[in-house]
Amino acid sequence: MNLLRITNGRVIDPAQDLDRAADLWIQGEAVLAIGPRPDLLPNQVLDAAGKIVCPGLIDMHVHLREPGREEDETIATGTSAALAGGVTTVACMPNTEPAIDHQAAAEFVYLQAERAGNANVYPIGCITKGRRGAELAEIGGLVDGGAVAFTDDDSPVVSAETMRRALEYCRMFDKPVLSHAEDPELTRDGVMHEGAASMRLGVRGMPAAAEEVMIHRDIELARLTRGRLHVLHVSTAGGVELIRRAKERGVQVTGEANPHHFLLTDRALCGFDSNYKMNPPLRTDLDVRAVIEGLKDGTLDVIASDHSPLAVEKKMRELDQAPFGVIGLETLLPVCVTALVEPGHLTWPRLIEKLTVRPARILGIEQGTLKPGAAADVTIIDPAAEWTIDVTRFRSKSRNSPFGGLTVRGRAVAVILGGELRYEL
Amino acid sequence: MALEAATRDVPRVPWTRRHLLGLEELTRDELLAILDTAERFADAERRRKKRANLAGKVVVNLFFEPSTRTRTSFGLAARRLGADVLDFSSAGSSTSKGETFIDTAKNIEAMAVDLMVVRHASSGAPYLLAQHIQCGIINAGDGAHEHPTQGLLDMFTIRQKKGRLEGLTVALVGDILHSRVARSNIHGLLKLGAKVIVCGPPTLVPPAITELGVEMSYSLEQILPRCDVINMLRIQFERQRSGLFPSVAEYARLFAMDGARLRKAKPDLLLLAPGPINRGVEITPEVADGPHSAILQQVANGLAVRMAVLHLLCGQPGEA
Repeated sequence: MNLLRITNGRVIDPAQDLDRAADLWIQGEAVLAIGPRPDLLPNQVLDAAGKIVCPGLIDMHVHLREPGREEDETIATGTSAALAGGVTTVACMPNTEPAIDHQAAAEFVYLQAERAGNANVYPIGCITKGRRGAELAEIGGLVDGGAVAFTDDDSPVVSAETMRRALEYCRMFDKPVLSHAEDPELTRDGVMHEGAASMRLGVRGMPAAAEEVMIHRDIELARLTRGRLHVLHVSTAGGVELIRRAKERGVQVTGEANPHHFLLTDRALCGFDSNYKMNPPLRTDLDVRAVIEGLKDGTLDVIASDHSPLAVEKKMRELDQAPFGVIGLETLLPVCVTALVEPGHLTWPRLIEKLTVRPARILGIEQGTLKPGAAADVTIIDPAAEWTIDVTRFRSKSRNSPFGGLTVRGRAVAVILGGELRYEL
Repeated sequence: MALEAATRDVPRVPWTRRHLLGLEELTRDELLAILDTAERFADAERRRKKRANLAGKVVVNLFFEPSTRTRTSFGLAARRLGADVLDFSSAGSSTSKGETFIDTAKNIEAMAVDLMVVRHASSGAPYLLAQHIQCGIINAGDGAHEHPTQGLLDMFTIRQKKGRLEGLTVALVGDILHSRVARSNIHGLLKLGAKVIVCGPPTLVPPAITELGVEMSYSLEQILPRCDVINMLRIQFERQRSGLFPSVAEYARLFAMDGARLRKAKPDLLLLAPGPINRGVEITPEVADGPHSAILQQVANGLAVRMAVLHLLCGQPGEA
């Protein structure tokens, strides 16, 4: 059996509250030990001097587009992009065609992920049949098929009654309900955040209140049902504050931030470039500060990319005609380092926590730690690497990144999946 | 080619832009250059001289949204300057065969086009086009964003009637939220030293508008005595969601310019409307056709302003 020693690195594993210079030992597909082991003779050594060695990153909000929209991304290309971004586990959203709203669809995701053999993939199931917001999907069957959470992401669950029943029903399986918090009447035909920038550009806006009223509703429903609520892509100062207060009251709620929401503002749209169009939209400086504050004080537990690939021809359109969404798997880590670690908002362990053990606990999956016996998914990061994001070099099938041309810091230089070196810069 | 005297009168100005996309990006000097150039054309136009500034040039009207006034005004302006003019109209955001807007424009550009005059229902569409095609672009109205030549002709008309722009108080009344005319007027007027008040119901006048540097009011009565110029914007029924005001009748009662309101205004109030007007909604017929109104003058000035813009963007430098 292969015995790999990763030496000279700074090993960070927030699940064990561990941050020190140490050797990481991997035997076969699993972590064997952390620390000096003079008794062992490795047959492979990786020198990680000056590097950070951490559990393979987890991105719990990814659209892989398969089945149905393979022109944008496939499970194979999306998971290949994940590895290049240092991400070894993704949870993929069910807004495919057909939607992941029944057991066989969830099993198809596993099958395709296994064929691709890149990152670990966990399907997320629909809350309602066909994501139509009416009848609950067969959640039990989806759980049997391996679904780890439930959402109608990209479409809000408009009916409070349906959301209530979903939160209640999912308790039986101890699965979280992921809320895409948006009041669709307040955002109808909206293109960007409603504010000074939308006014100046003459572009229809979506008010922050559209997110906030839904977060408020879902928090009250989580309190009523004692279900587990996770709020996706929190983008507003008001949304962060609602989750903060709900946590103080003991409601079971967690929150997620996307990198574009803590690095960019609605002013990025001044050139009408649809690569800055996503939903929820880029907000204001005040919201950016609030999201960062939420990440700092733990109100927002998780950082995820909301990787939403869209073929070039779909995005190359009038701003109001172009679909919402940006990709992010290959920029997740460097944008976090640049926007959060470099300015001193988060320490490395706190950042890695939000990219490993936190999403793992929300989804109830075993990844996200380097505890002995755990699957040897490891990301080795060069924290000092300075580089410029070049969308033409992405492994993703799509190019719709808002970060092209940005000079960033921090990069995954090696990725080990199940004990095997699968990516090296 | 023998040039008419009027053409040689047009001043040489330091003009470097290839496109006219909006008034927000123009400097004060560039705005004045257009207005001054338009003045020469307006004088000469009375003598109906045919010119050759754009001889051999091809100008395409690429209209993805219905228009009568702007399209014919651009077409006539280009012909007066000696250009060949093509007209392309399409009702939707893309053609009926499903071709995208950019592909349509690229295909037309391939016919050796020098300038495209673009109107589109989507804000920013001419900006997108400027990234994908090589020829010059004039924005003839993009969504609710800008309508630079309308802003210019409004300013031209004010300067013509009042002798200046600096120090004047100009009110834009009505549907500010959906109005590209409002945005172009605001950017242009502020740069040339006018004070701008926007006035209408709060559902059509969002508070964020004040960040552009204008005063905001919900009462036409209150601002009326202070105004030197009032520009009555059309209610954009086609761009609006329903429910932004209870009824046309209530809107007219609160914001229409009628004889009674006119009596509270300054005696030399200048009344503009970008048209097409909804008679009886924004403005009553007797006011529209009365002595304060310069509505038809605006249309005539539109020709001079558009000739000036065409000339500056693409006129033969030797003939300017």
